[in-house]
Amino acid sequence: MRIFINGKKFDIDEFKLHTIKNKYFPEADIVIYNGFETVENVTLVENDIIHFIKKGVLPSEDELESLMSARHTPFVHNKVKEAKVAVAGLGGLGSNIAIMLARTGIGKLLLVDFDIVEPSNLNRQCYYIGHLGMKKTEAMVEQIKNINPFIEVETRCVKVEQNNIVEIFKDYKIVCEAFDKPEYKAMLVNQIMHHFPNTKVVASSGMAGYYRSNKIQTTHPFKNLFVCGDNENEAKAGQGLMAPRVNICAGHQANAILRLILELEDV
Amino acid sequence: MLLNGKEFILDSEISLTTLLEKNNFQISKVAVEINGDICPKANFDKITISNQDIIEVVSFVGGG
Repeated sequence: MRIFINGKKFDIDEFKLHTIKNKYFPEADIVIYNGFETVENVTLVENDIIHFIKKGVLPSEDELESLMSARHTPFVHNKVKEAKVAVAGLGGLGSNIAIMLARTGIGKLLLVDFDIVEPSNLNRQCYYIGHLGMKKTEAMVEQIKNINPFIEVETRCVKVEQNNIVEIFKDYKIVCEAFDKPEYKAMLVNQIMHHFPNTKVVASSGMAGYYRSNKIQTTHPFKNLFVCGDNENEAKAGQGLMAPRVNICAGHQANAILRLILELEDV
Repeated sequence: MLLNGKEFILDSEISLTTLLEKNNFQISKVAVEINGDICPKANFDKITISNQDIIEVVSFVGGG
């Protein structure tokens, strides 16, 4: 019977997980069976995917990608790895969405932002003191390389305007709108949907303040448009953007994107 | 006609721009789909809305 252990094929004639562990990797601290950590002595079947991990041991580069993918749901991972997603805006939403997509193992990301990291970003955006003054695109590349070096990242440090949207986003079938200003949100959504009728857009609207978490939802108002947020609470004087609700909204957008990659459109 | 799922009866055909303004939408912050098709901003003045139309308006609020 064929199974996969730490990314390599093995032909085995033992059918119990613990027997395999004792034979091939007795020092392992963690056993992940088809994407799920287990201590049970599971009976194995053909094509099972097993990862044995020894804590504190740095694996070889060959092994690293397989070990990193241990918690990805098998078979879903291949689709995710082939996917390409563009993220427009690397502020509170976009920076956190890009990190989540990288952790999920999305094969290729296009990250677009014209700005540099400044101190008032740190209350909600995924940057550190050491990134102050850096281009947001460069700060994201640095972080993503440290999280998942196996994905491809393309960056554009430009301001997105009416006249460059087609050129920037033409190769991406999923575009994440993560801008701050409502006029720019509307502009991107309008342009993408007009010029690329088959592109899916995952946009955002309403995540300021500390209102109830559950007001933030994913909706599907147009055929190819998904909108995450409470559609109500804008950032304004006296009502700032705070990390929790911005991250909740970012999580909605990242999961909507993952579901679109897996061809799941219901909300 | 249906506007974001709510039924309205129009006395006469009106432009999309007029419909949006009457319903307090800010044109610069919206995206509009009419009968399942995205409606480019350049056409908002030219498009007339009649009672058979199904209109979805997404109005964005700031923050991100």
